Amino acid sequence: MNDLSTSLGLAASLIAGADAKLYDIVALSLRVSLSATLIACVVGMPIGAWLAVGRFTGRRVLIVLFNGMMGLPPVAVGLLIYLLLSRAGPLGPLGLLFTPAAMVIAQSVLVAPIVAALTRQVIADAWTEYREQLRSLGASRTRAAATLLWDGRFSLTTAGLAGFGRAIAEVGAVMIVGGNIDGVTRVMTTTIALETSKGDLPLALALGFVLISLVLAINAAAYLLRGWAARRWG
Amino acid sequence: MSGAYLRLESLGLVEGGHTIVREINLELGAARTLILGPNGAGKSTLLRLIHGLLRPSVGALRWAKPLRQAMVFQRPVMLRTTVLKNVLYGLSLAGVTGDEGEQRARRALERVGLAHLDHRPARVLSGGEQQRVALARAWALEPQLLFLDEPTASLDPASSREVERIIGEFAQAGTRILMTTHNLGQARRLADEIVYLDGGRVLEQSPAAEFFRQPREARAAAFIRGDLP
Repeated sequence: MNDLSTSLGLAASLIAGADAKLYDIVALSLRVSLSATLIACVVGMPIGAWLAVGRFTGRRVLIVLFNGMMGLPPVAVGLLIYLLLSRAGPLGPLGLLFTPAAMVIAQSVLVAPIVAALTRQVIADAWTEYREQLRSLGASRTRAAATLLWDGRFSLTTAGLAGFGRAIAEVGAVMIVGGNIDGVTRVMTTTIALETSKGDLPLALALGFVLISLVLAINAAAYLLRGWAARRWG
Repeated sequence: MSGAYLRLESLGLVEGGHTIVREINLELGAARTLILGPNGAGKSTLLRLIHGLLRPSVGALRWAKPLRQAMVFQRPVMLRTTVLKNVLYGLSLAGVTGDEGEQRARRALERVGLAHLDHRPARVLSGGEQQRVALARAWALEPQLLFLDEPTASLDPASSREVERIIGEFAQAGTRILMTTHNLGQARRLADEIVYLDGGRVLEQSPAAEFFRQPREARAAAFIRGDLP
């Protein structure tokens, strides 16, 4: 118990004192996970809209596949990307393994299906409401998908947010492809795992606090945005 | 009937084993044709078949010449943007953009009496105002044939009157009207011609005055008297 209170005190002073090491780790985490979420949204949202609005064979199979891929185990994705990026792998010559870029790639792969599946849900609901009107106005399916993506922009923050939550919180994928190298690829989750196993609780605790606070703050911001949008735009 | 813009030949729609409409043979030529009938008669389905939102299972539509069309639905569908941009959206899909689009959108909003709301978000307007935006969106497209599916069914009397006024203006501008309603008063006020539909079939097609004075079909007569269950 004494240990815990000492650790808590040290953790607080790390945060309050703007400890350089702590903030580097937090900054890298944000940089990697926000980049991955951005890429996942750019790729996943159009795919989701296309799954909702499109008519093609295999659509149902793809929907089931994307829904299933929402639960991809991060370590499995990490391993896959590791194999692709390792020296002997097809993308080995790029020399990306154990860099932040590799971590962004792994998290993008992890998060894109989540964004796509949630986007499909949102757009499919809107499509039921808008379908006849859009077709009456002569909108092609591609145009309709684009319109619905724009129209659902506030609801879709939820999809982006779920993706970001997944990215910032996962350990397995970044651990494998990043290697948890001090000062290079060490992010919040991998540091927490490492420091805890070493018994260095203050840094782990401090990072844990920052991680939870970040996730809460971003969710709160998105909640406020959606509330504002509902009042403003209906 | 000469001057028909559309002939329907044995039109039918079967969905999931259920016959929704069948053996529809009609010549449509009146300026304002209203489709009357009880709930579930197939009125909305017929409108959608003609507009092309549904594909008939059997039969054919023969147009005298292609007509520019627009449709206004019972519940207006508004995008999450301003009133003006909702109207501009329809125009842009029709290939009308830039200054011309802007002018046509603004004229259409004046027509429906909503020019002063042009920068308001469309979805937070009242139901009546939203329906007028939908009418403006249709107006801007300068349709030759306008479909209206129960356009006042969810509106209060004042809004309904306003919508009827705008429909009248469409007709005056030369737009042919094809509209469903189950409001008999509205049908009396707006129709030149009545098509009476029941059980997915056309039971009667008559000039409006004749239909209301002396319907040829017993079920149509009962419908007018309000006898049907």
